[in-house]
Amino acid sequence: MSIISTVKLNKIYAEDTFPVHATNDISVNFEQGEFSAIVGPSGCGKTTLLNLLGGLETPTSGEVIIDSKIITNLKSNELTDFRLRNIGFVFQAYNLIPVLTARENVEFIMHLQNYNKDERNARVEELLTAVGLKDKFNKRPGELSGGEQQRVAVARALASKPKFILADEPTANLDSKSTYALLDIMETLNEKENMTFIFSTHDSRVMERARRLVSLDDGKIVNDETK
Amino acid sequence: MIFSIAWKNVWRNKLRSSIVIASIIIGLLGGILYLAFAKGMVQQQVSSAIHSEISNIQIHHPQFLINDEIQYIVTNPDDKVNAIRKIEGVAEATSRITSAAMASSAITGTGIFIKGINVEEEKQITNIHTLLIDGTYFDTKLRNPAIIGEKLAKKLNVKVRSKIVVTIQSASGDISYSAFRVAGIFKTSNSNFDLMNVFVKKQDLAYIIGIEDTQATEVAVLLNHNNLTTAASEKIATLFSEEISKEILVVRTWEDISPVLKMMNEMTIQYSMIFVIIILVALSFGIINTMLMAIMERVREIGMLMAIGMNKIQVFFMIMLETIFLSITGGVLGLALSWALVTILGISGIDLSAIAEGLNSMGYSSFVYPELDFVYYALIGSLVIVTAIFASIMPARKALRFNPAEAVRHDA
Ligand SMILES: Nc1ncnc2c1ncn2[C@@H]1O[C@H](COP(=O)(O)OP(=O)(O)OP(=O)(O)O)[C@@H](O)[C@H]1O
Ligand SMILES: [Mg+2]
Repeated sequence: MSIISTVKLNKIYAEDTFPVHATNDISVNFEQGEFSAIVGPSGCGKTTLLNLLGGLETPTSGEVIIDSKIITNLKSNELTDFRLRNIGFVFQAYNLIPVLTARENVEFIMHLQNYNKDERNARVEELLTAVGLKDKFNKRPGELSGGEQQRVAVARALASKPKFILADEPTANLDSKSTYALLDIMETLNEKENMTFIFSTHDSRVMERARRLVSLDDGKIVNDETK
Repeated sequence: MIFSIAWKNVWRNKLRSSIVIASIIIGLLGGILYLAFAKGMVQQQVSSAIHSEISNIQIHHPQFLINDEIQYIVTNPDDKVNAIRKIEGVAEATSRITSAAMASSAITGTGIFIKGINVEEEKQITNIHTLLIDGTYFDTKLRNPAIIGEKLAKKLNVKVRSKIVVTIQSASGDISYSAFRVAGIFKTSNSNFDLMNVFVKKQDLAYIIGIEDTQATEVAVLLNHNNLTTAASEKIATLFSEEISKEILVVRTWEDISPVLKMMNEMTIQYSMIFVIIILVALSFGIINTMLMAIMERVREIGMLMAIGMNKIQVFFMIMLETIFLSITGGVLGLALSWALVTILGISGIDLSAIAEGLNSMGYSSFVYPELDFVYYALIGSLVIVTAIFASIMPARKALRFNPAEAVRHDA
């Protein structure tokens, strides 16, 4: 059974003059352990699709089913709680709380989930070590490079023990070295822990590594290939 | 953790937060200094009225207060004075003969209030003997010595040793004229009092009026502290309850004697509090504005927090706390600084002699010692908290309207 599936997903942004069909009848499934990328030209609807999958936006019509639960019907506060407990997010930017250290940023989401202090400490150290930031626990985002910040975001996304991680252009602001470092970390997590990753990207370095590419154009899936 | 994030967020934009905090401090300093100054001024006035004019408590025949006639005396005044002295908190008591009269010099005449006093006892009650600007306090060989106020001396155009003629109604109902010599001239902080009051020896006045000098129309009581007034006046009233029920005696506190003084005291504080509240309302708009700016700069960050699973209550609470921390930091510093300044000024005093002429005529002293009871700091502190909560609601509500999807859309 698929971890995520969508049924005829439509999102229409009703702009004043003419409506934008950002996703058009998208039906797609993602399985546990995938390392997939949603690709396509700018404005094709990648972010919109990812937001719909993550319950950040509500579709105009259609359904998003996560782990056999139809999230499209959830109320706003139920959806927030669902995201907290089931989905890890990594965004292109503004991932972290600037006033908190790397450690506190990761701890924060576990705090929202009411983990106790010992559990939090143990897991934060484990995760930050896993993303290669063993010696940067107490650095604030402003003191970290872009790549390091994204790695903290990955650690934070994992901290909540999500079913899968959605990453919207996670490498868009990174140089090659940081991009490969981040991809290595995510790939390792994918292989070792069977963590599901779904990216949106137009970064060829990400596309190379992704094992499945879902190509969008004008809100429609035009190609879906698994390598 | 939300507390700690909110506290740290306050210091993200140090300059902006410092400006808000500074404005709260200045607002509170202004409001509290004004309040303390006003309070110091009325306290000064109350205290100077008590010490040079009315004492804490006075006893009369109730009819005397209406008619001023010498037949309405306080019976056995010496026994009463002795009994009152035994009451706890009483510094001294004395009896007087008082009467309305007319004082004239070669130039003019004016209505006065003449007080026949026990010269030595009176020193313990009123401070007139310390306020002499010329002459002596009855330390003279002159016959019928009188101590008069500066304003009266000016009006009558008299000096020490000058003669004044006092016209007064005697016990038999006749009008009598008697010559007094000015022995000393005093100046209190109330120039109206200085115009109206003449002190003479009790036995001299008794002789003119034609009564025994052991009689009295008034007993005045000075207490060790003004806040003992109510308790002491109740004890005195129980002591003489029989005469009070026969309606031949009344016990009045300074507040009864000078209701205007009491009212001014209360009104000044009320008006000053309104002033403080206006300052707080103005400050709250500044706080709201700053917080709205602060969250509008963080649309994406707040959206991200909502996206990863921070719920609306938590977001609302976090922004509210930020506003409250900001306001309360300013409030605590403002209260502390105000307290320090009021304490310092309360010891050193503020010299208003430049404008003292006008103040004196209203009964104020030219030196003002600001003072403010702890309750007012507590009250203003709670008002700051109320203001903080009030100011925190709008920015927090605004933050709730943000959309988690904003976080993802970099161009949003
Ligand atoms: N809030 C919105 N209101 C109106 N139109 C929107 C809104 N968000 C997105 N769109 C439109 O929907 C379409 C799809 O946008 P989306 O952001 O999903 O594209 P994308 O593939 O992520 O593009 P990019 O590669 O530039 O990030 C675009 O035409 C965009 O202009
Ligand atoms: Mg996008």
